[in-house]
Amino acid sequence: MLLNPAIMALVLVSMVDTLMVLMASVFALQVLLHWDIDSGTERQLRLERRTYLISTLLIWTFTFELLSLLLFVYNAESMSGQFVGAMCATGVLNVNAWGWPTLFIKMGVFFFGALWLTLNYIDNRGYDYPLIRYKYGLLLLALPLVVAELVVQGQFFLGMDPQVITSCCGTLFSADAEGVAAEVSGLAPDRALILLSLSGVLVIGSGLWVLLRGRTGWLLSLCGTLAFVVALVSIVSFLALYIYEHPHHHCPFCILKSGYDYVGYMLYLPLFLGAALALSAGVVTPWRELPSLRSTVTRMAPRLGGLALLFFLIFYLLSVFVVWRSNLTMEGVWW
Amino acid sequence: MMQLLRRQKYLIEYTLSSLLRRKGKSFGLLLVYTLIVFMLASVTLFTHALRSQAKSLLDSSPEIIVQRILAGRQALVPEQYLDKIGRLRGVTKKEGRLWGYYYDPAVKANYTIMTGGQEALPLNRILIGSGIARTRGLGLGDYLTLRDSQGGAYSFQVAEILNPDTEFMSADLLLMSPQAFRRLFGIQEGVYTDLVLSVRNPREVRKVAEKLTELLPDSRPVLKEEILRTYDSVFSWRQGVVFVLLVGAVLAFVIFAWDKASGLSAEEKREIGILKAVGWETADVMRMKFWEGAIISLSAFLLGYLAAYIHVFYASATLFEPVLKGWAVLYPKFQLLPTVDGLQVATLLFFTVLPYVVATIIPVWRTSITDPDAVMR
Amino acid sequence: MLIELDNVHKAFNQGRPNEFWAVRGVSVSFEANRITCLKGASGSGKTTLLSMVGCLSRPTRGRILLDGRVISGLPERFLTDVRCHTFGFIFQRFNLIPGLSVLENVMLPAYPLGLPYPKLLASARQLLERFGLLSKSDNPVEWLSGGEAQRVAICRALINDPQVLIADEPTANLDSRLSVEFMGLMADLRSSGKTVLISSHDPEVFDSPVVDEIVRMRDGHITTGEG
Repeated sequence: MLLNPAIMALVLVSMVDTLMVLMASVFALQVLLHWDIDSGTERQLRLERRTYLISTLLIWTFTFELLSLLLFVYNAESMSGQFVGAMCATGVLNVNAWGWPTLFIKMGVFFFGALWLTLNYIDNRGYDYPLIRYKYGLLLLALPLVVAELVVQGQFFLGMDPQVITSCCGTLFSADAEGVAAEVSGLAPDRALILLSLSGVLVIGSGLWVLLRGRTGWLLSLCGTLAFVVALVSIVSFLALYIYEHPHHHCPFCILKSGYDYVGYMLYLPLFLGAALALSAGVVTPWRELPSLRSTVTRMAPRLGGLALLFFLIFYLLSVFVVWRSNLTMEGVWW
Repeated sequence: MMQLLRRQKYLIEYTLSSLLRRKGKSFGLLLVYTLIVFMLASVTLFTHALRSQAKSLLDSSPEIIVQRILAGRQALVPEQYLDKIGRLRGVTKKEGRLWGYYYDPAVKANYTIMTGGQEALPLNRILIGSGIARTRGLGLGDYLTLRDSQGGAYSFQVAEILNPDTEFMSADLLLMSPQAFRRLFGIQEGVYTDLVLSVRNPREVRKVAEKLTELLPDSRPVLKEEILRTYDSVFSWRQGVVFVLLVGAVLAFVIFAWDKASGLSAEEKREIGILKAVGWETADVMRMKFWEGAIISLSAFLLGYLAAYIHVFYASATLFEPVLKGWAVLYPKFQLLPTVDGLQVATLLFFTVLPYVVATIIPVWRTSITDPDAVMR
Repeated sequence: MLIELDNVHKAFNQGRPNEFWAVRGVSVSFEANRITCLKGASGSGKTTLLSMVGCLSRPTRGRILLDGRVISGLPERFLTDVRCHTFGFIFQRFNLIPGLSVLENVMLPAYPLGLPYPKLLASARQLLERFGLLSKSDNPVEWLSGGEAQRVAICRALINDPQVLIADEPTANLDSRLSVEFMGLMADLRSSGKTVLISSHDPEVFDSPVVDEIVRMRDGHITTGEG
């Protein structure tokens, strides 16, 4: 166990979030059991007032989670000095088996939060709260997620042993090694580029459709998820190489360093936002037939689609810029 | 969109005026909040500055130091070891060093005596750090007398006082010629305190260290990256320990904030009731309270951080020095180079603003759900 | 704006030993552009009834319709929205916020609507001018006399340009000269197209010639005849 303030902060956030989601879940359960919008009894009035508390608790929970995702990566990056063999966040995440799962759960919580808050937002604009059962049912799923984060992250930090020699990006993201990371790194750049362009066309197309028509958000969610995954693969497969100007350095974390002008944050931020918005568009459009939500959906769906489109476009333009600016030339080697 | 922004603007304006109308209460909260930020920020700024200075101290030091171990203790290294090492791939420079400590009973302090690179220094001339100059009251041309290993007195003339800007590194430093060093401590020719090797490519350091242990079985290579690692973990550990100690203070603050947020005066309760009656919605009141928290948090954070910055970098961290530093008497006045680190600031936010937010969520909600028709009853 | 109440009940402390039904089965309708007075002793349920009509609270049972739209089932969030645009309130104790200026007090109900500031300021000043308060607009409300405070409260009730004005015991803290003046102001408002609902047990109010209709209440019921 390493006692450092950032780790303490992350554990603190996780505990507080678990507590808040637990409270929200208990209230949500009561709402699910006793909700009756047509009744004017005092119990119903109390439940309605409680929805404000639940919303507030969850808005804060997910805000803290987003910040803790950033802090987690940032801290992993800065702890790389304390482990033999670690030169960036990859090495620190490799210190034991819990590092990567923690990161993935945090990402999961982020996307879940985005979805839930969107659902909550539109439901609060329907005068009969038509989605209240769906959204509180969904909320009950958040509890296992944040508990899992608390446990897995705790294991990760408790199991940190400075004596362990960890392997860093050089070995993990290497085309010659084994495993998912290696396969991603070994993916031929030309194929990755084709995939990236294809997914880009899909997400821009579906984004435009939602922007103009305000319907079929699920298509944008699907394309957005695909584009998100392909973009991550592409960063490892070839975008990172252009940033490092080094033909064999595949690491997705070193691009976050100051030495590369923090270009990583500029790539990841729009990518994550774009994906979250694309997913949100998918949970908004199915409700356009509900009378109390029609106007909200018609207003929200194009906005979400447009914003998702905007962030994906920023990501793609930045990627092109990164390749264009780079001194690395791979013509003749890759294409 | 514009409407949304304007609405927030109205709410912020209202909040500001309502905070100003209750100066006593707002000021009390701000004071305690600022104090908490100040304490935690002082600790982080201080330890972080110490760590980065220790690191910069190591920047110019060689990648590998070879110590000879005799019966488990460090011993002098014969000159021949340099030849035994011979030519190693990747090693750009290798040399023997002479250095040690000298305890001066007059001021009850240890001096660090080094010889590195001062070949041209005459036998009875020395360079001293500003810490030594200050405690012994020495100026240029003054004499400093040290006792040699035979018990005799050995006088040196001060040829130069080292630049005070680098005081952290050089306060206790005393530089002399190798010959003088050998005579002072009675060390014969042909041995060194340790050997240092420079390796240009950091990836080759471990390989070189491995070969060294084969070539010189009675020696121990100490790597710079190893020292850096130790510094890193020691300093963040120290920080962590102090934070654990301060958890009590943060908890007290949480209770205080909770109490302030829930214990509204009758006048405040009536005011919320009026707002709800004239058409503010529960969510509007909650937003107003959110801005109230944001304004207080931001001011407290900025004020506390600024105060801590001044405390650490301009007032020599007077409050913490004895606890965290624990160095010799030679450091009465040293000043840290200001450094601010993003991670530290982010961590600090989590330790101060998050507890405040969590402490106020429920009281704020309770206040906000006041019945709109309460003022009519 | 037509307001219809259909068998409206309101209970407090439901399910507890001190359960109390303040309004028991009221069916009544208030017509637009008229001054209606709810007359009854204190505790007769008139304030509770007004608060339900004005969307400050929801009936426990029964329905309230506003121009044919059912508003009694709306959650608080939407009820507030309806209230902001439809109703203005004048309370018994004026309920101005001390420490704020006259102008700020008048603009308060409009803050959540997020109107452009110049527009809001203009309509507030216009109202203050109409009620002869423009010279006092920067004074704190504590400096005002009873009559002035009452007029500030009227301005505040009108800032969002509601169609219905609800006044709960408006003359309880006024002498008879000011009460007569107040009723005069109500008559002016009616002529500018507003609907006015007043609850009162003050003869200056219900005997006033400007009142178009009197509804009598007793123990949570509407009674006919002299109450």
